[in-house]
Amino acid sequence: MDESWRKAKAAFAALGVPPVFWLMAFFLIPLGVIWGYSFGENKSLTEIAVNGTFSNYAHAIKPLYLGIIFKSFVFAAITTALCLVVGFPVAIAITFASEKTKAWLLLLIMLPFWTNLLIRTYALMAVLRTEGYINFTLALLWHGVSHVTALAGHPLPPFHPLALLHNNFAVIFGLVYVQLPFMVLPLYAALDRLDRSLLEASLDLGAGHVTTFARVVVPLAMPGIVSGVLVTLIPSVGAYLTPDLLGGPSSQMIANVIERQFKTANDWPFGAALSFLLMYMTFLAIAVQAIVSRGRRAREG
Amino acid sequence: MSASKTIIRFENLTKRYGKVVAVDGVDLSIEEGEFFALLGPSGCGKTTLLRMLAGFETPTEGRILIDGQDISRTPPNKRPVNMVFQSYAVFPHMTVADNVAYGLKVDGVPGAERSRRVEEALALVKLDGYGGRKPDQLSGGQRQRVALARALVKRPRVLLLDEPLSALDAKLREAMRSELTQLQEKVGITFLIVTHDQDEALAMASRCAVMNRGLLQQVATPSDLYEFPNSRFVADFIGSVNLFEGRLAVDEPDHAVVVCGDLPTRIFLDHGVTGARDGTVWVALRPEKIELHKRGDGRAPPVLEDTPEGHNLAPGIIRHIAYLGSESVYDVAIEGGRSVKALRSNLTRRDQEDFTWDEPVWLAWHACSSAVLLS
Repeated sequence: MDESWRKAKAAFAALGVPPVFWLMAFFLIPLGVIWGYSFGENKSLTEIAVNGTFSNYAHAIKPLYLGIIFKSFVFAAITTALCLVVGFPVAIAITFASEKTKAWLLLLIMLPFWTNLLIRTYALMAVLRTEGYINFTLALLWHGVSHVTALAGHPLPPFHPLALLHNNFAVIFGLVYVQLPFMVLPLYAALDRLDRSLLEASLDLGAGHVTTFARVVVPLAMPGIVSGVLVTLIPSVGAYLTPDLLGGPSSQMIANVIERQFKTANDWPFGAALSFLLMYMTFLAIAVQAIVSRGRRAREG
Repeated sequence: MSASKTIIRFENLTKRYGKVVAVDGVDLSIEEGEFFALLGPSGCGKTTLLRMLAGFETPTEGRILIDGQDISRTPPNKRPVNMVFQSYAVFPHMTVADNVAYGLKVDGVPGAERSRRVEEALALVKLDGYGGRKPDQLSGGQRQRVALARALVKRPRVLLLDEPLSALDAKLREAMRSELTQLQEKVGITFLIVTHDQDEALAMASRCAVMNRGLLQQVATPSDLYEFPNSRFVADFIGSVNLFEGRLAVDEPDHAVVVCGDLPTRIFLDHGVTGARDGTVWVALRPEKIELHKRGDGRAPPVLEDTPEGHNLAPGIIRHIAYLGSESVYDVAIEGGRSVKALRSNLTRRDQEDFTWDEPVWLAWHACSSAVLLS
């Protein structure tokens, strides 16, 4: 199979060139242009001179921006942790469901992808806002309870709606909502490959369900956990729409700052520098993770 | 086998999946120290029975007792049995030693004793020095030994083995058979093995239960199963057999005669048939219990000293010979058209040349060779 592929160079080129061209033309070249901008300065409203200056990066590592980048990572980390905690039981449930239920559950997980993120986020706003569905339900319950206690002569104070929107809670809630499928799918893929008899062997040898989970399921699902964490963490760090629509003044994330540089502040070089600073940090984090896991494998091997 | 004590009791054990009855009212006792085999074709319910004993399936009806205690609803991790899985189920992310230590660790056995017992268990299955290896560095046979050590180290009351040899190649399978028997004698633990391979069960087990369609067909020692099957199913499932349908013409305490429609001779037996009724009976005759004699050229038929004339002697023609090395199997077409298998050991290097294709022969067998089956 491999041999014949290598021999059929023409077919290989025919299949390989278009995607390579696509990537070059529409991904790598624009990315290179932005990278170039990060070393330039504004000459006029529309003109940028790429003169190799590091001033944009110097500006970007000021505490104000580093603080926002740090906060973005914290938000992303909390989101990832919540997705893992919520997603693991979901993935387990899908794995052990009957074939028919499994198809339905997977469909439910993928259903959100069929709707635009913007629409989903506006829907979430309708749920969370002061007159939203959550507060509406809570108010109903409150009044119900209040009627009962009023009979006993102790009416409850009037209901104050909870502030669920335009704050950090809303941002993290929204991020978990958006990212959860990306966590569940790799976890499910890893768990589905797991040999059931390994779980039975663990039980047979006297381990309870908790021990079996910790000592057998989690270690064997580790590749799925790692890829689930990566595909949740990285987009969360750069999340833009969710903090923009659900967040308050203090819950802006780095992508919102970058957006403002390009759109309102018209400072493309600085926006480019911030973008690439974020990218360098993400690359660094992945590289460190890869080195650590390779070191661990080498020690175990 | 002296002072044997019941260790496992199945009482009217039944498992249904919807309308399908996997195990149907099984009553069975297994004694302490036995090497017991559950034998049957695939789908006969033997694995379900084993999994109910291990705790992975819950009985629909009936009880399972171990040492007199009902464990039917006890979770698998609280049962005094351990299992060697068909796929071995060795934990791939742990070393061999960690695999073996796993069951002791969850039981809270202290470190020093734990490592001593792991060493012992690995030595028992001849894997000393392999403790630091990962399962993917082991062969299939070695992985199975890890699974054995991992189960035995817990000193279970009963060791369960689910088709333990099915994934091994033929030579290794044969070696493991005798090794498992020796291991069982050494540790003295009751072994309960599930297999579809009758040779395996006969070679290893001290007692076998044959199952079919969820029902227990016969429980007996290997030689009793082979020589005294209680039904056509068992006779046919264990080894190879010629079955003749007929009716009892004579049934006295010390002899019986069966007349078969498709056999030009009557079958004489040196014992009476107990529990016989009027109607159809079947005679099971193993191929190796049939003698071949030359016919033709005016040769006189052989004389069988324990059988009256006109019985247990059928003329035929060899239609096919399968030479298997140690023995040859002859397909003999007897008058009336039906074919009978006869087996002959090749005692010398020239024996397979004694008979050739299309040669007329006499088939003869002794009065004590055939078994009468009522079902």
